[in-house]
Amino acid sequence: MNDKVPVAAPPLIRATGLNKTYATQDGQQIIALSDIDFEIAPGSFVTVVGPSGCGKSTLLKIMAGILPGGTGTLNMSGRPISGPSRNVGVVFQAPVLLPWRTALENVLVPIEIQRRGRTAHIDKARGLLRMVGLDGFEDKYPGELSGGMQQRVGIARALIHDPDLLLMDEPFGALDAMTRESMNLELLRIWTGSGKTVMLVTHSIPEAVFLADRVIVMSPRPGRITEIIDVDLPRPRRLSMMSTAPFGELTDTIRRHFGALGALDS
Amino acid sequence: MRRLKRFADLSMTLGLGLLILAAWELAVRVFAIPAIIVPAPTAVLGALRDGILSGELLTHLWVTLAEVLLGFAFGAAFGLVCGVMIGLFTLLENLVYPYIVAFQTVPKVAIAPIIVIWFGYGMASKVVITATIAFFPVLANTIVGLRAAPRDQVELMVAFTASRWQVFRLVRWPQALPFIFVGLEVAMVLAVIGAIVGEFVGSQAGLGYLILQRDFNLDMAGVFAILLLLSALGIGLHALMMALQRRVVFWVDHRGDRVVGA
Ligand SMILES: Nc1ncnc2c1ncn2[C@@H]1O[C@H](COP(=O)(O)OP(=O)(O)OP(=O)(O)O)[C@@H](O)[C@H]1O
Ligand SMILES: [Mg+2]
Repeated sequence: MNDKVPVAAPPLIRATGLNKTYATQDGQQIIALSDIDFEIAPGSFVTVVGPSGCGKSTLLKIMAGILPGGTGTLNMSGRPISGPSRNVGVVFQAPVLLPWRTALENVLVPIEIQRRGRTAHIDKARGLLRMVGLDGFEDKYPGELSGGMQQRVGIARALIHDPDLLLMDEPFGALDAMTRESMNLELLRIWTGSGKTVMLVTHSIPEAVFLADRVIVMSPRPGRITEIIDVDLPRPRRLSMMSTAPFGELTDTIRRHFGALGALDS
Repeated sequence: MRRLKRFADLSMTLGLGLLILAAWELAVRVFAIPAIIVPAPTAVLGALRDGILSGELLTHLWVTLAEVLLGFAFGAAFGLVCGVMIGLFTLLENLVYPYIVAFQTVPKVAIAPIIVIWFGYGMASKVVITATIAFFPVLANTIVGLRAAPRDQVELMVAFTASRWQVFRLVRWPQALPFIFVGLEVAMVLAVIGAIVGEFVGSQAGLGYLILQRDFNLDMAGVFAILLLLSALGIGLHALMMALQRRVVFWVDHRGDRVVGA
């Protein structure tokens, strides 16, 4: 059905003319997404930037199959997304851990839900917690962890069942610059060669450029896509690339879209 | 530091109590108030000691305690089951909840005589009265608790393909537990009242029955001794519930550092 599109592999995700309106308590209609068109190639890393309130989380939740889309189509592997999928890992903007479960037990939640064998995954869960820098915190409860630590538990949880598609909503928002950079590198390391497709929402333009094959730039109210930028920086990416001229040009291009808004970190 | 402060608080509370008792004792003696109107604290303590040593108080205490615990268990269990059903199926809420509220607005004291006629003068009628009283707080709090789960948590479970039942087990039920315990706590206190009311209406044993009997004999010190025992019973059962709550809903902060200024 997509013979006319000259691409090698059919897209994993394709959104065409996607709209979403919320009805608020006082009976008003809020247009959260308007006429969204994009494609995500399998195995690629796509980031989404846009000012607060432009509909990034909304888009992510529709893609995760937990929020009904409005008009338009949103397909995954050629079929409309009608609900959540076992092959998807999600990280919400807030950590959303279960306070009565330890860090380790929280990471195992998707395994329990999908009945993949809890005992067989305990070592893997420990490994993931070590990877996100939480060695020794496996048996702590969320109330005993900092916000950034909780968010990292959430990242480990999204990876435990080895999903093909990762949907991450500002996963590093609560982290300091240093931890954030090391988490960026760690995420790229996991992604490289894994065949996973990642869609990551961020407020940080440099982070968006650093991680991505493609950056989707959104504008606020009603949330629409202003530009999709291909990032052709070589891989593997190194932190030193952030100070190169091509990197600077890309971030400048994106920043120009938000010139007057000042809504994003630099 | 905190220990010391708690000790100071406790001794102040106890000190106030002793002061009031002393004033009471003094007033009774100075104004020569007859014991059939207000007994002196020492007379009450004496009656309590006599009652316990003779075994009379304890025999009746066990009857009342059994009524309270059985009634509480039946009422709470039924409230919990109904609460879960109603909390899970909205249709059921619209269907039966109005009737439950209507039933709740009828004072249980008013239907106690009917229940005694239906279930007899023995323990059964007291258990039924206690259960009807303990039922509602557990039911109402279970329903509210099951709705208390943050939307984010439910959404996340669903995003990982949780079924309705899994969302209930993983999120809704644990989130409801703190509320359910509030209901159980209230129900426990009410259960004691329920048992006494039942015994007042018609019984052959229990502390409520004994109160009526001693009242009839103008044994005021004896009645006060029972009141003392009843309040000890209430405090004990309440403390038991609180201990259980702290163990089960451990993640809700009971101790922790106080928020400055809160
Ligand atoms: N449940 C809801 N009901 C009504 N309106 C909503 C709801 N959720 C989001 N909105 C509205 O939709 C718009 C987009 O919200 P969304 O959370 O997707 O923004 P966002 O881009 O993720 O913002 P941020 O960067 O601050 O997280 C906002 O204007 C918000 O007010
Ligand atoms: Mg958001």
